[in-house]
Amino acid sequence: MKQFAEGSHAVAEIIKACQPGVISAYPITPQTHIVEDLAQMVSNGELKSQFVNVESEHSAASVVLGGSATGVRVYTATSSQGLFYMQEVVFNIAGMRLPVVMTCANRAISAPINIWNDQQDSISLRDAGWVQIYAEDNQEAVDFHLIAYRLGEDKRVMLPVMVCMDGFILTHGMETVDLPEQDKVNKFLPKYNPLYKLDTAEPISMGLLADPDYYMEARFAIQETMKDSLGYLSEISQEFNAVFGRDYKDLLVEEYQTKDADKVIVAMGSVCGTIKEVVDEQRSKGKKVGLLRIITYRPFPYARIYEALKDVPRVAVLDKAVSLGAYAPIAVEMKAAFYGKKKGPKIISSFVGGLGGRDITLESIHEVLRRLTAKEVNSDFIDLKPELLKEEYGK
Amino acid sequence: MENSPLFKYGHTACAGCGQAIAARVVIEAAGSNTIIANNTGCLEVFSTKYPETAWGVPWIHSLFENAAAVASGIEAALIYLGKKDTTNVIAQGGDGSTGDIGLQALSGMLERGHDILYVCYDNEAYMNTGVQRSGLTPFDTNTTTSPSGALSSGNIRPKKPVPEICNAHGIPYVATASAGFPQDLSRKVKKAISIKGPKYIQVHVPCPLGWRHETNQMLTVAKLAVDTGLYPLFEYENGVLANRKQIVPKPVVEYLKSQGRFKHLLNNPEEIKKVQDIADNNIKKYGLKVEA
Repeated sequence: MKQFAEGSHAVAEIIKACQPGVISAYPITPQTHIVEDLAQMVSNGELKSQFVNVESEHSAASVVLGGSATGVRVYTATSSQGLFYMQEVVFNIAGMRLPVVMTCANRAISAPINIWNDQQDSISLRDAGWVQIYAEDNQEAVDFHLIAYRLGEDKRVMLPVMVCMDGFILTHGMETVDLPEQDKVNKFLPKYNPLYKLDTAEPISMGLLADPDYYMEARFAIQETMKDSLGYLSEISQEFNAVFGRDYKDLLVEEYQTKDADKVIVAMGSVCGTIKEVVDEQRSKGKKVGLLRIITYRPFPYARIYEALKDVPRVAVLDKAVSLGAYAPIAVEMKAAFYGKKKGPKIISSFVGGLGGRDITLESIHEVLRRLTAKEVNSDFIDLKPELLKEEYGK
Repeated sequence: MENSPLFKYGHTACAGCGQAIAARVVIEAAGSNTIIANNTGCLEVFSTKYPETAWGVPWIHSLFENAAAVASGIEAALIYLGKKDTTNVIAQGGDGSTGDIGLQALSGMLERGHDILYVCYDNEAYMNTGVQRSGLTPFDTNTTTSPSGALSSGNIRPKKPVPEICNAHGIPYVATASAGFPQDLSRKVKKAISIKGPKYIQVHVPCPLGWRHETNQMLTVAKLAVDTGLYPLFEYENGVLANRKQIVPKPVVEYLKSQGRFKHLLNNPEEIKKVQDIADNNIKKYGLKVEA
């Protein structure tokens, strides 16, 4: 059913359709509209779910952890500082193999305090053991939540999944979205039936102390599952396409005009819409420019990216996050994907933009293409304001 | 003692551990239809070292400070599944994970009105990490982070009044108990789980290693804490002091001389007087003294 809706409302609608038994969240901008809508749905009796208002994100994550361990589908959403405050629990949920689904409404990290969009929050939690999927638009934000439950609860996986959507740009943006019908959702997403749960009829202990004789194998198992999940994502996306009539290739990356390209920009999330516009314009002028959009950031699709870009001479990686004091996060992965390989781009230049909600415009993308020369650059910031730097540093 | 099907022997607690005995009394009183969420701490470590577990009930450990929130999620899930009326939920942890790092999660659990019993095993310091001072460490206690020295008689602050803090949340039941009085503890647990809503029980549990007393003195030391007025046993029902264990108060020095953690006070009458004042205040506040 097509609906003109705010991104947050569309996400709330799909979560309702997934029928989680326990929802818990703590308010943080720009996540709030999602959980407000869910609270209203519970209050109206449209959604039979326990909505637990907590005193912190740490407890929000802990509540869904407890609910999931009791054998119930669960949901939470957060942003920025909230994600960081629940970080300890986020790692714990993955270690306990609980298929929690979370929306991260991507937002910058303090200080300076800033409520606007970049992707520093979820990217900083890349090592937590959560599958991370990044939506480009609100249709994807909707679909990815459904896929998230299906993947996470798959008995071959049993891992949490974070659906990342750019704060404000998507969460507060109005778009027409095709909301999946309930009967199709029920067909695609079976009832949650965990392997293990807290049940007085069959008592088990969960969260045990693992000493050096046992710890490593538990972590290794997650690493192996993560790698296997790349294949499961492709498999599940095909089934999703069949049920809902979409056209997702494999949910790992999107190749947009990359086949014969001289220059390809690599990026993630909503900024890819802007990049596609520049690509179209450049192509109309006969310039061989393309976009490789990373959809799944964890597990990272190295092999898929290698295949997509092995014959492209120059690649520009545009990160909406920094690893202060080192190469930018996606750029590091891109370089690793080609290191020691026979083929691959001669130049992988890395750009940082859009931090704290600084607009990435068509002109920003043109600037990236201009700076993608024979001289490789790393963590090159775009759209800086020289006049502010002058004030601060007396340059 | 017979083996318990709900908290089995073979765990790795120290000899004379008050917490192990109290934990067994708690789960036996609560019964097999109980799910436990446990904070990180001694009890978690000594009862569930993979691949073994001492627990005969469903049991989960997540992190140091979040058992109250994990239990909240368990309770919510049980309501969703229609199983809450037949299942008890207990959250439990030590004094540090309850009153310091986990106080926020505990307060949230109480304020939200979950039907959960929270049990705090109070051994008055961070024993699992090597006897560091917690907010519930008593005044003038020698711990590894509040050591007595030329300028200090140990911990400079009295115990954080966590039972009173819980009671201030307006919850239906708050009690203190002691490993020295297991029947009383058992009765309080049974009473607590018969009441719907959030409940809090704080159990005084001697730690021979941290308190420095002989392992066979655990019950004696626990009883002395109560009999001196330093660890008053009471029950609040709906905010009203409903019951307290009355005593013929013994001087606090008897309790202090029973443990190495107070040894530095024994030649310091001034400091002993300060500790006696704390006991006297408790005796007055809770009406502990047996009337002649």
